[in-house]
Amino acid sequence: MFTLRKNSNLHLTLVRLSRNRLAVLGLIVLLLLVATAVFAPWLAPYHFATQDLLAAFEPPSWAHPLGTDDFGRDILSRIIYGARVSLQVGIFAVAIAMVFGGVLGAISGYYGGRIDGVIMRVMDILLSIPQILLAISIAAALGPGLLNLTIAVGVAALPTFARVVRGAVMSIVGQEFIEAARCMGASDAWIIARHILPNCSAPIIVQSTLRVAQAILAAAALSFLGLGIQPPFPEWGGMLAGARGYVRDYAYMTIFPGLAIMITIMALNFLGDGLRDAMDPKMKR
Amino acid sequence: MFPYLIRRILAMIPVAVGVSLIIFTLLYITPGDPARLFLGQEANEESLQEFRREHGLDKPFLTRYLSFAYDVVVHQDLGRSYATRRPVSGEIASTFPVTLNLSLGAIALATALGMTFGVVCAVKQYSIFDNVTMVIAMLGISTPIFYLGILLILWFSVRLRWLPSSGFDTMSQRLLPWITLSATSMSIITRMTRSSMLEVIRSDYIRTARAKGQKESVIIIKHALRNALIPIITIVGIQLGHLMGGSILAESVFSIPGVGRLAVDGIKARDYPVVQGAVLYIAMAYMVLNLIVDFLYAWVDPRLRTRYR
Amino acid sequence: MPQHDEILLDISDLRVQFHTDTGLVKAVEGLNLRLRKGEALGLAGETGAGKTTTALAIMQIIASPPGRIASGSIHFEGKDMLALSEEEKRHVRGGKISMIFQDPMTSLNPVLPVQEQIAEMVRLHNAVTEAEALDKARDMLGLVGIRPERGGDYPHQFSGGMKQRVVIAIALACNPSLLIADEPTTALDVTIQAQVLEVMRELKQHYNTATILISHDLGVIAELCDSVAVMYAGRIVETADAKSLYANPLHPYTQGLFQSIPDLTKNVKRLFSLPGLPPDPTDLPAGCCFSPRCEHADDTCRNMQPELREITAGHFAACFKAA
Repeated sequence: MFTLRKNSNLHLTLVRLSRNRLAVLGLIVLLLLVATAVFAPWLAPYHFATQDLLAAFEPPSWAHPLGTDDFGRDILSRIIYGARVSLQVGIFAVAIAMVFGGVLGAISGYYGGRIDGVIMRVMDILLSIPQILLAISIAAALGPGLLNLTIAVGVAALPTFARVVRGAVMSIVGQEFIEAARCMGASDAWIIARHILPNCSAPIIVQSTLRVAQAILAAAALSFLGLGIQPPFPEWGGMLAGARGYVRDYAYMTIFPGLAIMITIMALNFLGDGLRDAMDPKMKR
Repeated sequence: MFPYLIRRILAMIPVAVGVSLIIFTLLYITPGDPARLFLGQEANEESLQEFRREHGLDKPFLTRYLSFAYDVVVHQDLGRSYATRRPVSGEIASTFPVTLNLSLGAIALATALGMTFGVVCAVKQYSIFDNVTMVIAMLGISTPIFYLGILLILWFSVRLRWLPSSGFDTMSQRLLPWITLSATSMSIITRMTRSSMLEVIRSDYIRTARAKGQKESVIIIKHALRNALIPIITIVGIQLGHLMGGSILAESVFSIPGVGRLAVDGIKARDYPVVQGAVLYIAMAYMVLNLIVDFLYAWVDPRLRTRYR
Repeated sequence: MPQHDEILLDISDLRVQFHTDTGLVKAVEGLNLRLRKGEALGLAGETGAGKTTTALAIMQIIASPPGRIASGSIHFEGKDMLALSEEEKRHVRGGKISMIFQDPMTSLNPVLPVQEQIAEMVRLHNAVTEAEALDKARDMLGLVGIRPERGGDYPHQFSGGMKQRVVIAIALACNPSLLIADEPTTALDVTIQAQVLEVMRELKQHYNTATILISHDLGVIAELCDSVAVMYAGRIVETADAKSLYANPLHPYTQGLFQSIPDLTKNVKRLFSLPGLPPDPTDLPAGCCFSPRCEHADDTCRNMQPELREITAGHFAACFKAA
């Protein structure tokens, strides 16, 4: 365990972050979301697949606070379970992007030269396809399902992460303490792990937070288009797709899932912005 | 300037090859047999084989890719759709202008309005306008395109009946898609413009301009904005990618016959040639737009011009 | 011989304050200054003494929240600067009073060619065509020792010293009666410093512009100035013509400044420095602002504020002990 030293970098960052009310709000909302996802089976009044065809298309009522969909399923419950899906995809997709993209970027930035050239060429090719399109293509190639959706979104986000990490690493590699570490006989892996990555952590953390938001958006978009999570599994984007045909008569079906996406994204953005401001106070408003 | 331009265009070639290779590979590993999909479950083995032979599906990967590449480069032939049997290039030719119109309209709207709002917010920092705009911008960034589209349809088509909810031919049809697609980018551009302007306004050369006795309005436009443009153009470049991807979603929500929808429908139907052609086209368009943005950079920032000799 | 009889600038009991999170910063506290036409005044003092704030106040470009001119008056060419409309002030800025700032690296707009930046100054204060303004701009470049053909180049294509010369060209393009130069050579290395000072000296003679040269470097002031005023904690503590002040500094602070200059002829173990630090502008001492650091200070000094009084002919000091 580590103790939080007073006036250490981490301490100062947390203090600055706590002063940012929006960021704190975002953090609280996110924690609530995580709790909702974890405790979904206990929180949701119904199972997400429970159908009650007689009660289909019911607007919000006491029995169904957010109404029912075209199959009589309780929308509130589906949104609660949907939090699980969204958070899982968001976090694991970014984890994939961060780990693989980060390693590639670190190698690229550290060694430079040919390796950098080759890796960045490949990244450039991937980046020349708009990210959603890449995710769509990968998702289609892999087939439907939660795992495949996560991989698709993660791989599509990988090149951007590689770029960011490469940039951060390159700015550190040029500095003299790296040279000093080499003179001490440290191996490349040691230097990367002990010296470079800790100094890059700030931009990586900020990017990760913002990328989770984008990943959740991408997952929702893919499900909206019909790739990714298949019914009856609840995914907010998929729910929007299903409700779209009924927007004329049953508007409430479309409003709530979208609202869930919006609130999640906003919370993540507030937190990400707050982290960025807290970690780099030079970048004042 | 020209040698640089030529070099950039030549650099696009390996990227195009890479993109086509990636798409080809992805399609290759996609589960599902096109022959069966297009001929139906009852088709006999004979006709399935016929279909496969006709479309080269029985050949190994490399042969298929090389013959595809050959067709594209030498004959400008992107193949034929499995479903309609019509040339893919024809399908793209009819849908691409629509997507272009949608995307460019959205980026123009996002840039023009975004920069205007951003400048006003920066000049009137902390005012009510500033605070309200920043809140709206945050909402704009967090709202998915497809959600905003549905909401706008709900409000303007269903409730108010002012605007149609699909199609892209008339101006009234184009309004909602343009607004929907531009919303996120406009919000980001507004925020970026504001922060860039705030930073520039603190610069020493702005102080010099004031000491010259220059009017504040001229200082904002001629001195501050021109310098603030540099990071703004970076953002616009990034937004182009999001916009091209987002156009796929907008086309889905508003039933617009564009390349994005062509690609998605093609993917769902395993119509490989259509998907290859569409994705290749979108990627190339994106690259060209990026090139234009790069040149815009050089025009705005004279410090970069030496790079472009 | 330049005319020395007319008073060009008359500052009386100027007080400039800034409202900040940590308190009310009293940047300038009762400043009195008089400048004659064509006179070159050196404003000496440490960082934070209030020199730049004084200059910005004269130019009327103090950022208005959080700063403001609390009291006092500034009369330029007989007119009360504080009573002018914004448009009239803009007319004065650049046209009658010009200012050049400390860091030439960032004082020029990176995206405009240098001749355009000079021409802008010309057009702001003269009704001329664009072509005439550009001609004048190129003339000014020649005057400061830059080849006029380089007018179309951008600031990043010039070195630091040349950038500062461009800044000087901009400042003098409209032949102002007063030039305020805030640490014009501090950001440059010594050899370039000499060049820029040479340019300033030539131009001063050519145009007979009155100059206020702000610097913490007494050597630079000696090169260019007829008279000197020493600032400390927002006040002028000593003023005289250059020769008298350098020969015989009267105020303990000035004496300390001169003692701090290393003497190449003497062999000392430790360099001299004034004990203590300048006072916190949000918490100025009662009485003489220098008293906490002064070895001669007594109770009078600590409780009462000394005013500038004439000790010898034309030599003023704000000190009870000066004689």
